[in-house]
Amino acid sequence: MNTNQKDAAAAAHDPIIEIREMHKWFGEFHVLKNIDLEVRRKERIVICGPSGSGKSTLIRCINRLEEHQRGRIVVDGIELTNNVKNIEKIRAEVGMVFQHFNLFPHLTILENLSLGPIWVRKVPKRQAEESAMYYLEKVQIAEQAHKYPGQLSGGQQQRVAIARSLCMAPKVMLFDEPTSALDPEMIKEVLDVMIELAQEGMTMIVVTHEMGFAKSVAHRVLFMDYGQIVEGNTPSEFFDNPRHDRTKLFLSQILH
Amino acid sequence: MGPASLTEAEDTIKPPVTSIGVVGWIKSNLFNGWFNSILTLITVYGLYKIIPPFVRWAFIDSVWLSRGEACREAAGACWSIVTTNFRFILFGFYPYDLQWRPLVAMLLLFVLLFMSRYRRFWKKWFGYTWIAGLFSMGLLMKGGLFGLASVESTKWGGLPLTLLLSVFGLTAAYPLGVLLALGRQSRLPMIRWICIVYIEMIRGVPLISLLFMGSIIFPLFLPEGVNINSILRAQIAIILFTAAYIAEVVRGGLQGMSKGQYEAAESMGLNYYLTMRLIILPQALKMVIPPTVSILISAFKDTSLVVIIALFDLLKTSQTVLSNPEWMGFSREVYLFVALLYFLGCFSMSNYSRKLERELDRDL
Amino acid sequence: MNATASVKVPFWLNPKVRAVFYQIAVVGLVGLLAWYLISNTLTNLEKQSVATGFGFLSKESSFEIGESLISYSSASTYARALLVGALNTLKVSFVGVVLTVFLGAVVGVARLSGNWLVSKAAGVYIEVMQDIPVLLQLFFWYAIFYETLPSPRQALNPVFGVFLCNRGVAFPMPVSHPVYALMLVAFALACAGAFLLRRWARKRQARTGLPFPVVRVAAGLVLGLPLLIWVLGGAPLEISVPELKGFNFTGGMTLSPEFIALLLGLVLYTAAFVAEVVRAGIQSVSKGQQEAARSIGLKPALVLNLVILPQALRVIIPPLTSQMLNLTKNSSLAVAIGYPDFVSVANTTINQTGQSIEGVALIMMVYLIFSLSTSLFMNWYNKRVALVER
Repeated sequence: MNTNQKDAAAAAHDPIIEIREMHKWFGEFHVLKNIDLEVRRKERIVICGPSGSGKSTLIRCINRLEEHQRGRIVVDGIELTNNVKNIEKIRAEVGMVFQHFNLFPHLTILENLSLGPIWVRKVPKRQAEESAMYYLEKVQIAEQAHKYPGQLSGGQQQRVAIARSLCMAPKVMLFDEPTSALDPEMIKEVLDVMIELAQEGMTMIVVTHEMGFAKSVAHRVLFMDYGQIVEGNTPSEFFDNPRHDRTKLFLSQILH
Repeated sequence: MGPASLTEAEDTIKPPVTSIGVVGWIKSNLFNGWFNSILTLITVYGLYKIIPPFVRWAFIDSVWLSRGEACREAAGACWSIVTTNFRFILFGFYPYDLQWRPLVAMLLLFVLLFMSRYRRFWKKWFGYTWIAGLFSMGLLMKGGLFGLASVESTKWGGLPLTLLLSVFGLTAAYPLGVLLALGRQSRLPMIRWICIVYIEMIRGVPLISLLFMGSIIFPLFLPEGVNINSILRAQIAIILFTAAYIAEVVRGGLQGMSKGQYEAAESMGLNYYLTMRLIILPQALKMVIPPTVSILISAFKDTSLVVIIALFDLLKTSQTVLSNPEWMGFSREVYLFVALLYFLGCFSMSNYSRKLERELDRDL
Repeated sequence: MNATASVKVPFWLNPKVRAVFYQIAVVGLVGLLAWYLISNTLTNLEKQSVATGFGFLSKESSFEIGESLISYSSASTYARALLVGALNTLKVSFVGVVLTVFLGAVVGVARLSGNWLVSKAAGVYIEVMQDIPVLLQLFFWYAIFYETLPSPRQALNPVFGVFLCNRGVAFPMPVSHPVYALMLVAFALACAGAFLLRRWARKRQARTGLPFPVVRVAAGLVLGLPLLIWVLGGAPLEISVPELKGFNFTGGMTLSPEFIALLLGLVLYTAAFVAEVVRAGIQSVSKGQQEAARSIGLKPALVLNLVILPQALRVIIPPLTSQMLNLTKNSSLAVAIGYPDFVSVANTTINQTGQSIEGVALIMMVYLIFSLSTSLFMNWYNKRVALVER
């Protein structure tokens, strides 16, 4: 816990993600209400909350998989609007890991990883493959490089998905319930990779129910309910002294 | 950044007005970006060029109840060709005063089909009702019993003939198709090969060649003196044709069954016949009902081909009307009418199939 | 204590013996039926003094054929007549397949469009065209020709040089000139060149990372090289424009009403089914694939090319091949509107020689060749692109 706070203090002060008074509607349904959020470099944030609270929608707004109707989102100094060029620039800097992995089944693992660098960063093939092998070794799955996603287990696929995002050398990594679709015995291998990533100083926003991960790695834990950020605090404060009743209710339901 | 304020005032903020309501719908569905806007304009222009002239021709300037000469003077569609020859188009050469019989037969069929829509009717007694129904339909058409005058099958025509060929065709082809599918799965090589050859051969050739075979070659197969009428020849060809397609569809269902079902039945001691009848076929056939309905729709459309071997189905009766000098030259109107009949039939069947597919998906 | 080995199973309960017995029984039944049918047939044929065998193929056909890709007259043999029919079938099938794939793909994509009007219009087209029998559509288009369109003297002239009348559609054609043969060669060379260009660009990108605008350059090559040859060849501009002489048009090229009606009917009908196949294929690719590709930062064109299409095509190609086969089989309906395809010519042959068995057998054989080769292709394709799973 101490290292986390020291890290936070030492981190650069200019925020890498700034969200101001952001609102989003799905038709008439007000899914995100007046979101204010600042994420500093190297900061690690965990967002939790009941289903339907808007957590996934919030992080999907950051890389424009969803569009916000009001307010500002600024990522690494670039404002997120309908400007296609800006969106592409932002997406190259923001990596996303999905609940259902979304690996490309018709390509080998190696090809899955080198696709982005080759076609977006215009890197030569050999260099892309070398960096792909480097990240595959990092997530400890290098021996599967020439297999296809359909031949791997869920935990292996998710680790490959993380490596695929890392190959683009993003500045921020977004995780949308990365372990929710995994069998229990495979959750640990994915969380271990995420913890190692955290220790190397990656800025991370993680939507998850894994509270153990939040306690050991997060700088801040945010609780969302009905489209609003209800409260947010350091893990120790958040879990030991929740301030709002809704937070207390949620914590009592998941920590038993 | 402390806890957000939780005042209820947040809920009264409304989404931007151009993203909801009628305006929002129009904007996001029709004018979403410049490409879509251009598409919308082009489509609207195209519709404008087609629909008003068509409506004028078909309804405003059209003639509904007159003879041929008045039709030729009119600028619009001549629907009188349909209204005057209505009974011939629908019933063919069936004796005029006995036409209530095919009418009743068709109504009986429609009632049975309508009842089949509702799955709570799918019980054993319903199957017997169907068989009794089909029997009565045949009786009504043919006559000869119960004081009904006998009508030769050479006089049958029009819509009843089309329905007869499709419904009897599918009904007879179904058991044959199931047998073929089972045979194709068989472990006995001779049986499997015979079924494979049959299925691949029939599926590889156009229906017209089988109809030719039926009308020209079947008589050669029979010993001297034995004759089968032309409708029966076409019916047999349609049955043989449809059975091959049903076999492929049922094969899909059989392959979709998990091996565990076979193993459970075997370990209970059931023999092949009981396993198929009690366990495998009920499940497999239920799974493939939607593609089977689609084969019925195809069979219904394919019966139109019998016009080529000079049977008086709906298409041929229409063409006969057109060859009458008084009504020559109004093909569009007659064909549009027949197209409407086919469309109504096929559309209701495919609609039903989609609804059934949704229901079956929910069940599983 | 080896009890099982010493128990003798009575042979009628032994599954192996039973298997052989069933098979012999079935083969025996089928054989018996075949023998019965064949012997009847031979007797009947003899009674009607109809010849058997394929000797008739070398006899003179003595009937004319409306349109043909190769030279033919009523003095040619039946074999040649059948060849003309087969070529006509191939002609209408080939043109039909190309047009259908194009139209079907457009309508299928339109069905998925976010534009409500376009999507609904495509939906109406698909539903209506699928539910009307193809033969009826053929009759309808054919009737349009000989009833609605005027005689050549009053032919419709929507665009310069194009005439629509009840004898067909006439349009201008460039007059034959040696430059055109050279242009064809140039086109083939440009296609080969485009192919090599793609390979070179791929290698270059692998080496340096720089992408190359292959599509634009290749398009320029394929269009530009023949154009260059045309200019160099003296830019011949002579076009034969159809002109009314007497009762019909001469010059230019005329497509018969039978051909056009057959083509229209087949294409409009089959394209509706192809549209559904394309739509289902595109929808089969889960939304997550598109999201993952977009979140890496790929541009939409690349998302389509690298992620969506490869997966969608796997689902589209098998049923698409079936529809192409259906179109070829449905072209046999040409006999009903007088287009001289293979079935039509074979039918005339049967009527004249009385040799129905040989005739129908020939028809079935020709179509079986089409179907079986298509099946083989599909099997090969499926094996090759199957997604690897464990």
